[in-house]
This record gives sequence, C-alpha cells and structure tokens, in this order.
Amino acid sequence: MLAALLLFAAVMGVILFIAGRFGGKRGDKVVAYLYLLPAVLMLAVGLVYPGLRTIYQSFFDAAGSSFIGFDNYGTIFSDKDQLTVLRNTVFWVVVTPFVATAIGLVYAILVDKSRFESFAKALIFLPMSISFVAAGVIWKFVYEYRPDQGNVKQIGLVNQLIVWLGGKPVQLLIETPLNTFLLIIVMIWIQAGFAMTILSAAIKAIPDDIIEAARLDGVNAWSMFRKITLPSVQPTVVVVLTTIGIGTLKVFDIVRTMTGGNFETSVIANEFYRQTFNADNQGLGAALAVLLFVLVIPIVIYNVRSLRRSEAS
Amino acid sequence: MSTSTPLTTTPPLVADKPSASSVAKKRLSSPWASIAAIVIAVLWTLPTFGLLVSSFRPERAIKTTGWWTFFSDPTTTFENYSKVFGEEGGVNLAAFFVNSLIICIPSVLIPMSIAALSAYAFAWIKFPGRNVLFLVIFALQIVPLQVTLIPLLKIFVSVDITGTFWTLWLSHATFALPLAIYLLHNFMREIPAGLIEAARVDGAGHVSIFFKVMLPLLTPALAAFGIFQFLWVWNDLLVALVFAGGGDEVAPITLQLANLSGTRGTAWHLLSAGAFVSIIVPVTVFLLLQRYFVRGLLAGSVKG
Repeated sequence: MLAALLLFAAVMGVILFIAGRFGGKRGDKVVAYLYLLPAVLMLAVGLVYPGLRTIYQSFFDAAGSSFIGFDNYGTIFSDKDQLTVLRNTVFWVVVTPFVATAIGLVYAILVDKSRFESFAKALIFLPMSISFVAAGVIWKFVYEYRPDQGNVKQIGLVNQLIVWLGGKPVQLLIETPLNTFLLIIVMIWIQAGFAMTILSAAIKAIPDDIIEAARLDGVNAWSMFRKITLPSVQPTVVVVLTTIGIGTLKVFDIVRTMTGGNFETSVIANEFYRQTFNADNQGLGAALAVLLFVLVIPIVIYNVRSLRRSEAS
Repeated sequence: MSTSTPLTTTPPLVADKPSASSVAKKRLSSPWASIAAIVIAVLWTLPTFGLLVSSFRPERAIKTTGWWTFFSDPTTTFENYSKVFGEEGGVNLAAFFVNSLIICIPSVLIPMSIAALSAYAFAWIKFPGRNVLFLVIFALQIVPLQVTLIPLLKIFVSVDITGTFWTLWLSHATFALPLAIYLLHNFMREIPAGLIEAARVDGAGHVSIFFKVMLPLLTPALAAFGIFQFLWVWNDLLVALVFAGGGDEVAPITLQLANLSGTRGTAWHLLSAGAFVSIIVPVTVFLLLQRYFVRGLLAGSVKG
C-alpha cells in the first residue's frame, strides 16, 4: 500500500512540478490539460473503452468468437428465465423508489423540529452505512425459517410473528414471488434513510413566512402537507425517486447474498454476474450489462430535465 | 397536529414566529404522529438489533431459540467473535479486515487528489473544450460498473496485475472520478473569484493557488467525498468479486462475509459476529463524520 501511495504521490509531484513552470495566459491552457491528464487518462482506459468494448461484445456468442447480431438481446426478451429476471427487475424498480421515498418523506415530516430529531434521523439513516452484504445477512436472519415441528422454535422474527399469530411458518425466501418482495424490503430499509435526509433538507428550506401565512389562515395539517410541503419539495422528490431508482437497477449484492438469485429472484444486475462468471456466457452477460445501461439513461434524462425546469422557474 | 394553536391568537408583541420548541410541542401533542414515527424507528432498528444480540449469544442458543429469548435468559459470550477471528474456523476475518483497510485508503486518496486537480481546472481555468469535456465526465456517472468489468479484467490480465491490490485501487479510483470531479467542481465554483484574482495579482501560479487558497477552503468538500468513497469502497462486493474473487490474499471483508453467507447459511453464530465486525468501521465513520456525510449527500443530490 505504501509503495502505491508513494508512486502515486510521485506522479502527482511531477505533474505539479511541470505545472509550476508555466505562467501567464498561454501557460493556463498547459496547466489545465496537465491537471486533467490523469483523470482523463483513467476514465478513458477504465470507463470509456471498457464500456464500448462491452457493447461490442454483446453482439457475440457465449465464447465471444462469432458475431450473432442482436441474438443475445433476443434471448433476454424471449427466454423464460430471462423474462423472470426482467419481471423481477420491474418489481424492484417500481416498488423500491416509491415506498422508500414515501417512508422517508413521512418520517422527515414527523420528526421535523421534534426534540429527538437528530437521534431519530440517525436511526433510520444508519442502514445506509452498512454494506448490502451485511444488510443481506441481517435480513436473512429476520426471514429465517425452521420447519414446523413440535419442539422446533423459530429463530427468525417474521416466522415467529406468524406463529404467534397462529399461522404456520413459511419458507419465506423460497416462496415465489413473495421472496422478491422480501428482498425489495431490504433495499427499502437501506434507501429510506437517504430519502429522509434529502427530503428533510428540502422541507427545512421552505421559507418560514409561507408556513406562517398558511398557519394564520388556519390551514390544517393535511392541507399544509398537500398545498405547501409537497409542492415545495416536489423537485427534490423527483431527484430522490430517480436516484434510488438508478441505485435499485444496479443492486446485486442483496440478491446474491440472500438467495443467490435462485428461486426466481434474480434481477438484471445479478444475472449479469451469473451469466458472465458462472454460466460462462460472456455475450449474454455483456448484453445484460448494456441493457442495464440503456435502462439507466431515460431515468437520468428525466432527472436532469426536471432539475432544469425547477431551476428555470 | 391540530390547527387551533393558542400561540397564533396571542398578540404578536414578543415574537411573530413560533419557536422551534413550540412547534415541536404542538406536533408531539398529536399522538398519532409520534406513534407513527416511533413505529418506523423501531422497525428500522429491530433487524440490526436482533443480529447484534445474537452475535453475543452462545452458538446452541442462537440455533434453537429466537434472539428475543435473550431477555428472559441473558447468557452472553464472546466466543462467536473469537471464532470468526480464529484461524481454525476457516473464517479468519482479521486478515480480510486488514485487506479492506488496505484497499480503502488508496482508493479514497487517489481519486480525491486527481479529482481535486481536475475540478480546479474545470472551475478556474479557461481552456478550449472545457464545457464539452466537463459534460462528458458528468455523463460518465451513469455508466453502470457492470458494463466495464470484463474488458477491465482483460486489461488487468494483459498487464499482469491480476490478484493484486492494484486492480482494486485502480478500478475504485476510476469509478469514483466522475462523481468526485462533479462534487468538488460545484464546491469550487462557490469560492469567490476575488480570492483567486487577488492571489494571481500577488503573482501566485496555479500550483500555489491550488495549495494555498483552494485546498484549505475545500476541506469540507474533500471530507464529504472522502467519507462517501470510503463507505462505498468498504461496502463494495461487485468489484471485489470480479477482481479479487480468485484469491483470499486481496479479498475484502465483504467478500468473506458473502462467502460465509452462501456456504454456511446456518452458521448464524459466525455470520452474526462476522456481520458486526464488517459493520463496525463504516458505522463508526458514519457516526463520527455524519455531518460531512450528510453534507456530501445534499451537495450531490439537491441544490440549494
């Protein structure tokens, strides 16, 4: 590690040293390009080239040797297993952002200006700092199942609750499509804190005089929320929704840790890994990665547009 | 959240704005709001709490009774923790823990300094192609890692650095650059131009302006990005699986935890303790530097 840091420091030193030799207006350009050189170089080699290369690869067969056109994409949209993957991804992307944002918004309003605000916020926010893997372990334990026999006790909280309520324990992570939604809960659990933090800041940015005027008009809590809070934070809600949506599309660790994508729980991001490294189908893996990329683009465009609109007004 | 507050009827002699505490009192007077908040808070804390309690229970107890039995039968042990750190269990978490640290430190410092330089160029130097290049880098934020992994792996094979930390340092550093440049650029733009002009008039070059004027002002932004990147790298599984999946020598703690979870679904005593060892560092960082972390979040997602 030290060697790497020293080598890196040396490279930076050389760049700064050369940059220091240049002055004046014309020197500015040289300095700018020098400052940008490492970043541009790394991005070109580490992001742009590999991205293009993967797009190219997605038109080749499993071994990556013969050109097969759009066949891999055809497989994604016709193969039964792949269609399940697509269906699950739709579940994830539709449910997670909305539920996480709604909970985050409600919670932000509930604890706003309360005495325990920062503590209450930290509780919800804490899962954000935990890895998806650890979150997966935590929730696998919540969902743990023990067979329904006389002297066997449940050790997972959800099944214990079911038993206490008089039901029979369920193999929660095996039951389709229930298991996909149980995995989605984990993502919601992680992302609600993010939504809450951002929305809380937006709520605090609402000018006091607007709130005060509404209060003097005798507006009740519900219309306060609908007519003042919600319109004021609406642009932020869009940003939060789309950000969580993009994160959800790329989520992979939760599925891998909790079910490994078995029992019809796989999503595009997980299927990419499975096809590329386990099924040895690089072409299909590449096509899945490209599809992921394509799906992210419209969300980002929408995000940028609505941000522009809110800035213009 | 009732609408009739006695406060608004008092003549606005002393204060025309309700104080924060009065608003809070009013809000707390609505029991439903408080109950809802408490329910959410409990739901959000309980899963982690359950696993934490379990990690201190004896193996037999974990496997036969729920963690809530702890309250009627509070036997605790550190055995699970000593087992995950022990060599004989095959878990050996200490080594992976160290690997995670080794991966994280350069993966934070390298993109941080490279991005600071680039952001400075974008924010304060005029050069041809500036806007286009900035737009391209901004757009690169949306490239999912998945798209880059295989070709990158092939590059690493061709220069023969597979199975070393270099693969992780380089890829984490590269992936972080677009966001880092964007964040730091936004912060730099807010620094008054007068400061830089004054320094230039005094004869300072770009190098000394960068170090003497920018860096001190940029510390909060660097901290925000640093924490972000640290949490991201510490918590990463995908990059680690692809580039360090082969050997244990460079694998981070998340990878070992994922392996444990896959192969020993029932070894809850190891899994629970292991999960908490992996959580300690990011949670500590989060709790200590929460302020900066939130600041970074806000800078990245909402304006104003």
